[in-house]
Amino acid sequence: MSTAVTSIEELATQDYKYGFVTDIEQETIPKGLSEDVIRVISAKKNEPEWMLEWRLKAYRKWLTMEEPNWHNVHYPPIDYQEIIFYAAPKPQKKLNSLDEVDPEVLATFNKLGISLDEQMRLSGVAVDAVFDSVSVATTFKDKLAEMGIIFCSFSEAVQNHPDLVREYLGSVVPYSDNYFATLNCAVFTDGSFCFVPKGVRCPMELSTYFRINAANSGQFERTLLIADEGATVSYLEGCTAPMRDENQLHAAVVELVAMKGATIKYSTVQNWYPGDKNGKGGIYNFVTKRGKCAGDNSKITWTQVETGSAITWKYPSCILQGDNSVGEFYSVAVTNNMQQADTGTKMIHLGKNTRSTIVSKGISAGKGQNTYRGLVKINRGATGARNYSQCDSLLIGDRCGAHTFPYIEVRNKTATVEHEASTSKIGEDQIFYCKQRGLSGEDAVNLIVNGFCKEVFRELPMEFAVEAQKLLGVSLEGSVG
Amino acid sequence: MLQIKNLHATVDGNEILRGIDLEVGAGEVHAIMGPNGSGKSTLARVLAGHPDYEVTAGSVTYRGLDLLEMEPEVRACEGIFLAFQYPVEIPGVNNAYFLKAAVNSIRKYRGLPEYDAMEFLAIVKDKIKLLGMDQTLMQRPVNDGFSGGEKKRNEIFQMSVLEPTLAVLDETDSGLDIDALRVVAEGVNSLRSPERSTIVITHYQRLLNYIEPDFVHVLSEGRIVRSGGRELALELEAKGYTWIESDRSAAELAVV
Repeated sequence: MSTAVTSIEELATQDYKYGFVTDIEQETIPKGLSEDVIRVISAKKNEPEWMLEWRLKAYRKWLTMEEPNWHNVHYPPIDYQEIIFYAAPKPQKKLNSLDEVDPEVLATFNKLGISLDEQMRLSGVAVDAVFDSVSVATTFKDKLAEMGIIFCSFSEAVQNHPDLVREYLGSVVPYSDNYFATLNCAVFTDGSFCFVPKGVRCPMELSTYFRINAANSGQFERTLLIADEGATVSYLEGCTAPMRDENQLHAAVVELVAMKGATIKYSTVQNWYPGDKNGKGGIYNFVTKRGKCAGDNSKITWTQVETGSAITWKYPSCILQGDNSVGEFYSVAVTNNMQQADTGTKMIHLGKNTRSTIVSKGISAGKGQNTYRGLVKINRGATGARNYSQCDSLLIGDRCGAHTFPYIEVRNKTATVEHEASTSKIGEDQIFYCKQRGLSGEDAVNLIVNGFCKEVFRELPMEFAVEAQKLLGVSLEGSVG
Repeated sequence: MLQIKNLHATVDGNEILRGIDLEVGAGEVHAIMGPNGSGKSTLARVLAGHPDYEVTAGSVTYRGLDLLEMEPEVRACEGIFLAFQYPVEIPGVNNAYFLKAAVNSIRKYRGLPEYDAMEFLAIVKDKIKLLGMDQTLMQRPVNDGFSGGEKKRNEIFQMSVLEPTLAVLDETDSGLDIDALRVVAEGVNSLRSPERSTIVITHYQRLLNYIEPDFVHVLSEGRIVRSGGRELALELEAKGYTWIESDRSAAELAVV
């Protein structure tokens, strides 16, 4: 056994193929955070007064808050005065079409496999591309507009649909929610906005692609997605960043609102730079994601594949307010080398006969630490509520860790709550068995890991499921010899 | 096909194989018998390249290649198949999917086009019928929740799909009822051809009623102490392994 373990150690290296930096002219503001900085950001975005006031209110609140320390992740204190809170590709002029986007930026997205003009021609996915802090291009906007669907950058929404933004912004994640979300409220620079009107079934996948490029900058984007009565929408976000020695902060907020009978499927493939194998560099991914099933018979599904980031801290949650509403959370979280993840979900049952499903798959390799933290809360009025949770952990090697913290609060006698958990390890005997059948060690790990994650991948939109499988392979490359 | 010369191997510093010499020609079936702890399974695992075993001396040549220099997956791609004594479970991985991945990995190594799902299914269907396998086993995770007999049948099924040049069966008969034993034997016999060789490792003579060996070898304390034809197995069964043991000590005494 000893030789086998050594070979795991030896081969615990990893390749991050998105680690390039794009050389473009950047517009940034001096680092540090103050009311003045927020005013500058707001002014640059030409925001209405109410937006600025909301930011300042959040900032003042943030000053009174303390960074959370209850999570199972460790990192040196963040100096918020050393962060650049606004970075954007220098605008030449107002962009009217893709042709006017900086070719370097377009080349970057092409390199990432997100070919924006290709996407324009081939049907299937509408993309909003966010480069550093600003949205550089949104495809298919016109086609979607014909159906009354609004899909644009957050900044545009503030300008063109201020009433909608004002009505729903902060309605799911209030400005005072938590340290990182409140910081986001104060300094967020852009993100995506989507509104699907009554009874409309969005005909294509909507997608936002986030790319951090500038050094020392934080990325604080905000996504707001509203599905009106009977509407259906499927949304995907992808994220990458260059390799840098220092840690970069990413504190995003996503809010989803599903009205009566509406369905929202929100899928994330997160592949921020995870740092090198000694834990140097990498993104701190501190994200607040929450959806509200506001109307009866509504449904929100979160699917996430988290392979990147030095630290992941996120709990995509559902507030099941409408009767018979459904919340689902499907997650694969991978920690390799020195990565840490503390992730899970909260299912808050308020309405009658509300149902929730949690399937969490944690994979730890190298010295990675993987924590599942979840809350299932059944309130007094949630008669007939049901929850099913399943938390599985897979260990590769003997220096990683898996931790599970399920919290269950039940205040209604008619509730049914089930929790299942398992921990397993990829054994050397399994690897040898696969090798004896002609598979390489890496193919063997991929096969076993993909088998382990199957239930989650099944929930991803087709083309992204393939992507996610490949990504998982890259993330675990070399974790077993 | 296979030449083993003076093979010594250790596990955790304990010497298990102490100088094995064995030659297996193309088309031959060799049975290796011996008491518990004589090194039968070690020999099988060393041939497959198990990382826990260290070869300390000797050589193994397989079709002119230095086998000991090859990675386990390369050995498999070169046509060596080990039917495991205790097949491992791989939860979550569909049995058919696993086997297709294995077949295609080997085909790729050999420069052959990979099978698509339909082609693979057609091949598998024939084999399933041939071995009288339960169809539903294909859709279950690899060996997960299989009974002992089902696991062994699955090994033989994999073997018949992979069509190895040299198959090593490590006590595939242990714990099998007579029906399963027949399936195993049919699997082996249907692969018999002038180009293929088989090493059948077994504790009991019983399996050799169904798989007729060309040669029988008796392993004791890490060495082959006796070789012969089919009749040696029968003799062993009649006299028991103590016969070999006492024979050996007598021989050793004589040397002193």
